[in-house]
Amino acid sequence: MLKRYLPHPLLTVVLLVVWVFLVNEISVGAVIFGLILAVVIPLITSSFWQDRPRLRNVYGMCEYGLIVLWDILVANVVVAGLILFRKTESLESKSVVVPLDLTSPEAITTLAGTITMTPGTVTIDLSADAKSLLVHCLHAPDPQSVIDDIKNRYERRLKEIFE
Amino acid sequence: MPFVVELIISLLIVIGGAFLLIGSFGMIKLRDLLPRLHAPTKASTVGLGGLLIASMLFFWIERGHFTIHELLITLFIFLTAPITANLIAKAYMLLNVDPNKDLPPSKQDEGWATFDPVGPEGYDPSEEYQEKET
Repeated sequence: MLKRYLPHPLLTVVLLVVWVFLVNEISVGAVIFGLILAVVIPLITSSFWQDRPRLRNVYGMCEYGLIVLWDILVANVVVAGLILFRKTESLESKSVVVPLDLTSPEAITTLAGTITMTPGTVTIDLSADAKSLLVHCLHAPDPQSVIDDIKNRYERRLKEIFE
Repeated sequence: MPFVVELIISLLIVIGGAFLLIGSFGMIKLRDLLPRLHAPTKASTVGLGGLLIASMLFFWIERGHFTIHELLITLFIFLTAPITANLIAKAYMLLNVDPNKDLPPSKQDEGWATFDPVGPEGYDPSEEYQEKET
């Protein structure tokens, strides 16, 4: 019964909270309208969520978020230095191939998004069988160290969260 | 408003503005599209993040009401910016990149999804791409 009308309880809670934050006040009207949205949207989209992964590792998710934020800060300063003080010709821009151990689509999407949001690296493609990511680096004199960084810092933690 | 808070808010605004400026400068300085893609990711993380935190602190301490809109803006940017960057890169690659010469091999059974997508039986989009070249 509950499963049928609330196929995705976590999404319902997130939608309700985001709606109340968007309205920016806790009033009866906001909560009621938020509840309507939070029940209807998961019902409509439930067919897209059939094999969704179970997220239980809350500690792992917090650790991952903090590490990504810290890396974004550090990489911002590094890339700012590259843009300001290096001649464009001396930048070694190249594409590197990152072989993936992750299998779930959600985990790969999160990894690709993380790589893009970290300055200096942009995910530009995925192999058709979803086993390699093509990552473009602004300045990578040593491509292997970029691959090791991505695999050790992000992929290993995502594997613990999603699989 | 105490002086320390004013100082922190001003510092955040200056840092955010500086990174936005460097990001825009990078767009002019870098010559190709793929390196240019790196500039907006800088601007949208620390640049925008600094301004949003400053705005949140200002309205919280100076005006006395706590807003969460800035965090939501950050959330939406983190959800949408990577997809935009990926679509721009894909469009650029389809127009300007030869998958056989310019890209490293994927080291897997299948090639890169932009050029070698898994299509319906008998349909191979990479043929279409080669015809356009000739």
